[in-house]
Amino acid sequence: MSVKQISVFLENKAGALSDMTQVLADNDIDMRAFSLAEASDFGIARMIVDDVYKTTTVLKDAGFVHSVSTVLAVPVPDKPGGLNGVLAVLKTLGINVEYMYAFLGAKKETAYMIMKSDDAQKAEVALTAHGVRLADQEELSGL
Amino acid sequence: MERYFQPEIETASREQIKAWQDERLVKQVKHVWDNVPYYRKKMEEKGLTPDDIKSTDDLHKLPFLSKYDLREAYPYGLLAEPLENCVRIHSTSGTTGKRVVAFYTQHDIDLWDDCCARAITAAGGTKEDVCQVSYGYGLFTGGAGLNGGSHKVGCLTVPISSGNTERQIMFIMDLQATILCCTPSYAAYIGETMKEMGLTPDQIPLKAGIFGAEAWSEEMRHDIEKTLGIKAYDIYGLTEISGPGVAFECSAQSGMHINEDHFIAEIIDPVTEEVLPEGSEGELVFTSITKEAFPLLRYRTRDICVLTREKCPCGRTHVKMCKPRGRSDDMLIIRGVNVFPSQIETVLINQGYPANYQIIVDRVNHTDTLDVQVEMTPEMFTDNMGEIASRQKKLVEGLRSMLGLTAKVTLVAPKTIVRSEGKAVRVIDKRKI
Repeated sequence: MSVKQISVFLENKAGALSDMTQVLADNDIDMRAFSLAEASDFGIARMIVDDVYKTTTVLKDAGFVHSVSTVLAVPVPDKPGGLNGVLAVLKTLGINVEYMYAFLGAKKETAYMIMKSDDAQKAEVALTAHGVRLADQEELSGL
Repeated sequence: MERYFQPEIETASREQIKAWQDERLVKQVKHVWDNVPYYRKKMEEKGLTPDDIKSTDDLHKLPFLSKYDLREAYPYGLLAEPLENCVRIHSTSGTTGKRVVAFYTQHDIDLWDDCCARAITAAGGTKEDVCQVSYGYGLFTGGAGLNGGSHKVGCLTVPISSGNTERQIMFIMDLQATILCCTPSYAAYIGETMKEMGLTPDQIPLKAGIFGAEAWSEEMRHDIEKTLGIKAYDIYGLTEISGPGVAFECSAQSGMHINEDHFIAEIIDPVTEEVLPEGSEGELVFTSITKEAFPLLRYRTRDICVLTREKCPCGRTHVKMCKPRGRSDDMLIIRGVNVFPSQIETVLINQGYPANYQIIVDRVNHTDTLDVQVEMTPEMFTDNMGEIASRQKKLVEGLRSMLGLTAKVTLVAPKTIVRSEGKAVRVIDKRKI
């Protein structure tokens, strides 16, 4: 129950990000979640989209270097302590989270955490065993 | 079996080569004395007359010529034949200062073509080959030189010149070209493009490449050889002396044989101008002993290299020069340290980066800055920021140990560094001094 995330290399200069979003817009691609990580001279745009195959194809054609990685999408109750409940499970099992970002779904009362772990499979098994529900690609695309 | 274009010359005994050089030098000095007042004056200033030059042993007495003299004497000051005997000019690309114009008689062109034919033959070329000449044609000597050599060998010559990479690839594939002649940076670009088109080395008909006109590293050679599935041979030359073919690589691929029946090579200390013994690193100096129209005596090339007369397995007896460490015109002085772009290239390729890069030098708060820009590739990219940063750090360390100074490394988006169809623009020096 993992989802595919697309990461794109961006130069840290004016217009680099909008050059990329322009490609997505021109091709009618809908982003579900988006986050930007930056170092001093470059950045990585990470996103969950409605159509992974189409997105990677149009990005490649437009000359963007990118990669696809596996991440977990965890629906978290939109209330105090919601995220903590999920992280507590990972902490007990010593699973490290490299990075994460959140977005709100269309459904009220539910936020989604996108989580990149150093061992996606282990995290997935652990969370499921502890009764944490994971969203799949279809659920995110349908939002 | 090694093939030679002119076996009796290329494998002549050292004594024979010395005899040719002695005789031709004496004759050449007289020709210059009689016809080039500019050089005659230089000789007179040293108290010399042609009688003082009896053999190559006296060569060291003659005054040097440099790029400075060529500019001073521009355009006709070093011409040694009446214009009616000249049939062509060539001119330097002008990347370093004022243009230099060189003149040729038909005889000069014939000998130059021979030199290039020796290079093509040494790279395995025969009349069965299809030789695509992708050096620029025109004032630049690259296209004309290899074109002439290819004709002499009897190859089917494709005079495509540089540029229009798609058409280059179309001709290579459709005509089944077997030899490619161009600058190494353009060869790398053609290779990169063919790879992107999904062509594998075994589908590419090329078997050899003759690449020159700019400094390139051993690592870049391996890269090009791998991508195109060829043997890549170096060729050396300069417009002032004739053009490509002054020296060329043989099957041993370990240095270039200088065509000593036409050119005498010396290595000097660039500061004291003293002639250095064989095996020393220093500035390469050439004397043209057979050229009629533009015979330069003791021309300082600014190229730093080493000469060796060690026996070559290919059977040629002419002296070999190593790949120049860089033209001293290419050399950058950054924070007082001498830096050659080829050193930076070596580090990049060793660490798996593409050979396409740009060096930006600037001066901020009276301190020189060195920024090396390299392109991110799909193979190198990962979602892990730390991994990219540590590769970047490794590159900075590699550069520091090679150059002895700290460079900034900037990763840029793919295809943002302009691809060159001729000589690559590797360095942008923004310093205003």
